[in-house]
Amino acid sequence: MAQKIYYYPVWIRIWHATNALMFLLLIITGLSMQYGLFKIRFDYAVSIHNVSGIVLSVCYLYYFMANFITGNLKYYRIKFKGFFKRLWVQFVYYTVGIFKNQMPPFPLTIKRKFNPLQKFTYVSVMYIIVPLIIISGYAMLFPEIIYEKVLGIPGIVLTDLVHVCTGFIGSIFMIIHIYFCTIGSKPAANFKSLVNGYHQTE
Amino acid sequence: MLPKKLLCSPIAFFLAFFIAIIGISFVPAQVSEINAQKSKSDSLTGNAFCIQCHGNIYYGLKNPETGKIHRKMMSINGRIDPTVFKKSNHRSFQCTNCHSIEFKKFPHSEKALLEEIGSCIDCHSGDSIAEKYKFDLIDEDFQKSVHATKHSENFTCWMCHEAHSYKVNATTVEYDNSMCLSCHANANKYNLILNKSNPNIIEKHEWLPNQQAHLQNVRCIECHARVNDSILVAHNIQPKAKAVKLCVECHSTNSLLKQTLYKYQSRVQISRNGYFNAAILNKSYVIGANRNYYLNVASVVILLIVIGGIAIHIILRTTLKK
Ligand code: HEC
Ligand code: HEC
Ligand code: HEC
Ligand code: HEC
Ligand code: HEC
Ligand code: HEC
Ligand code: HEC
Ligand code: HEM
Repeated sequence: MAQKIYYYPVWIRIWHATNALMFLLLIITGLSMQYGLFKIRFDYAVSIHNVSGIVLSVCYLYYFMANFITGNLKYYRIKFKGFFKRLWVQFVYYTVGIFKNQMPPFPLTIKRKFNPLQKFTYVSVMYIIVPLIIISGYAMLFPEIIYEKVLGIPGIVLTDLVHVCTGFIGSIFMIIHIYFCTIGSKPAANFKSLVNGYHQTE
Repeated sequence: MLPKKLLCSPIAFFLAFFIAIIGISFVPAQVSEINAQKSKSDSLTGNAFCIQCHGNIYYGLKNPETGKIHRKMMSINGRIDPTVFKKSNHRSFQCTNCHSIEFKKFPHSEKALLEEIGSCIDCHSGDSIAEKYKFDLIDEDFQKSVHATKHSENFTCWMCHEAHSYKVNATTVEYDNSMCLSCHANANKYNLILNKSNPNIIEKHEWLPNQQAHLQNVRCIECHARVNDSILVAHNIQPKAKAVKLCVECHSTNSLLKQTLYKYQSRVQISRNGYFNAAILNKSYVIGANRNYYLNVASVVILLIVIGGIAIHIILRTTLKK
């Protein structure tokens, strides 16, 4: 019984579009600064990176608060009991079951917007990785707030290490995220959902 | 013979002994008297003599008629901090090794004031120190600099290397930049060389973002001196038009900072481990120049695994599913 669920209200769509765009800009300018890829002029790259970082953090604040207010947060809530079991089941589905045309073990419903694996990655990215990226980014924007030395290593080096590592994890997440979004009723289905707001269940 | 008899007699022996005792006790007395005299006139030999005036804020000047000692203030310019001097490279020197011996007289004579002080090369040529630091190449480099070409006679090595505090390889950015700023942020010393208004350094570097961070962590010579591979510290200060303005000169893997500021330490420390442990990071963090070898390898490997995994997934999905 096919069903249309309104999963992505306008605020999510606005947030998500801005977020994704800023993330892309940050990755491109970040790689350009660090590795000289894309041949963007260094001072331009610095400025773009700074501005999109600030926009991203405002965006994040908006997402964080709206998630509370609208109740969208309930989709992210993890029930720990048996969670790893469910993660495993979902993992096995993605690596084996999907090729055997099995049905997804956790079909999406009005109550369940994310399967366990999605839930896990979204929570870790949105509530651990992105905050770390933002905090370390601001620290480098205002280096006077960084500790001079931590365990004999200059604070700015550690901050940068955190920033580069979390930025890398974020980028890897983005690749996997986009790929998994192609796993739907049709490859483009999820992207359409994020444009018009409706999810089509199978 | 009598004398022979006398000499052999016990009396003579005692006499001789007696005279010797007196003699010995007299000689030291004489010597110490001379010493006492010497220390009165000369106790402040060597540096202490000069330091009594030049090492203090005040010095006493005796009026030869009344005998009264007048307290005078030493001008700031004439003050030499003895503790700093004692830590400098030339601490073992007498003031008068460099300065005219005429300075022993006060008031100092015109002759003393006008006597030229030798340059580094006058002492350091052919010696082991000159060899170690390549003084001849430094001099060659310096002779090509704007300072030397425009003001050759007035601008000596001493202009940057302050004679009484000079210490080689202090290698802190602050120490090195203070050399330049002693003129470029101090109109009085600048005007000693050139009687024109001193360009404001802060204004002239307004184009540089995070100016404070840069000027505190980058040496002036990094941007202003032409890199010379055969010496550790480039001395050829270029005209301003040739100064480094491109950000990527530093913010890139082959950052010029690796060739200059960190040359000394890097020589020892740069290894394939990248720069995480290298000296470059001990002082500051340079975006683009800092890369960690293991981190790079790890990220490329992870990236390849992810892309490979997705590729396999796509292939299996398209071939098996339908
Ligand atoms: C009685 C105090 C006194 C003694 C001792 C003394 N000086 Fe001076 N010296 C002065 C004063 C005062 C000046 C002037 C300071 C000034 O205005 O810059 C001066 C100036 C100088 C100058 C600066 C000349 C210039 O070009 O401006 C030098 C160099 C100098 N003294 C070296 C020496 C040396 C070397 C000795 C030791 C051999 C010495 N002085 C001993 C009081 C003294
Ligand atoms: C290694 C050589 C050297 C030694 C040692 C040395 N001076 Fe100097 N001194 C110089 C030079 C060079 C100048 C700067 C001359 C110039 O600016 O033209 C100078 C300048 C001075 C001046 C003038 C103030 C100034 O800074 O221009 C005074 C005063 C002075 N010296 C005192 C002393 C006293 C006192 C001592 C001993 C404690 C001493 N110097 C030891 C090389 C030396
Ligand atoms: C009057 C002669 C003389 C002049 C002028 C002179 N030096 Fe020296 N310098 C010496 C002597 C002698 C020593 C060794 C001192 C010692 O070992 O105590 C020395 C030591 C040094 C050292 C320490 C080397 C080491 O590895 O320990 C350095 C660096 C140095 N001089 C640089 C300079 C520079 C730069 C100048 C010019 C700005 C200069 N010197 C001018 C005589 C001179
Ligand atoms: C425009 C300023 C300036 C002038 C002029 C100058 N130097 Fe230097 N010199 C520096 C700076 C900055 C350093 C780096 C700081 C340090 O190592 O002490 C340096 C370092 C040195 C060193 C140490 C190099 C090493 O291997 O560690 C020597 C030796 C030296 N200078 C000699 C000279 C001689 C000789 C002259 C004159 C021909 C001269 N300098 C003129 C600024 C100057
Ligand atoms: C990041 C590179 C960089 C650093 C670091 C730097 N400069 Fe410059 N500086 C430049 C450039 C580029 C110019 C030319 C600016 C222009 O043409 O407007 C310049 C100009 C100058 C001028 C000429 C000003 C004029 O117009 O007459 C002086 C003097 C100067 N710098 C001194 C210093 C001193 C002293 C320091 C260290 C405290 C320093 N610079 C650090 C890049 C730098
Ligand atoms: C004794 C004072 C003095 C010291 C020390 C000094 N300078 Fe200068 N510098 C001058 C003067 C004077 C000029 C102006 C030259 C002219 O235009 O005739 C100048 C000019 C310059 C210029 C501009 C050249 C141009 O094209 O107009 C630069 C760049 C410069 N200095 C850099 C440095 C750096 C870097 C250091 C330190 C390593 C330094 N200076 C140390 C006095 C000094
Ligand atoms: C001579 C080398 C050099 C040049 C040229 C240079 N930089 Fe830097 N830059 C540095 C160093 C060294 C640091 C590290 C400062 C620190 O430790 O805070 C730095 C730090 C920075 C930072 C981070 C500041 C902070 O607070 O952490 C930015 C942004 C930056 N540079 C931008 C630029 C731009 C844009 C340009 C070109 C206009 C430029 N730099 C040119 C050496 C350079
Ligand atoms: C161009 C890049 C991106 C594309 C094409 C994309 C695509 C999608 C799609 C199709 C969905 C809906 C499917 C689902 O709910 O799982 C989605 C949801 C989501 N995406 Fe992305 N995404 C991108 C970048 C990002 C980035 C950079 C982040 C976080 C840093 C992110 C975080 C999320 C989150 C948290 C959701 C769930 C939102 C919710 O409904 O509460 N996305 N994305």
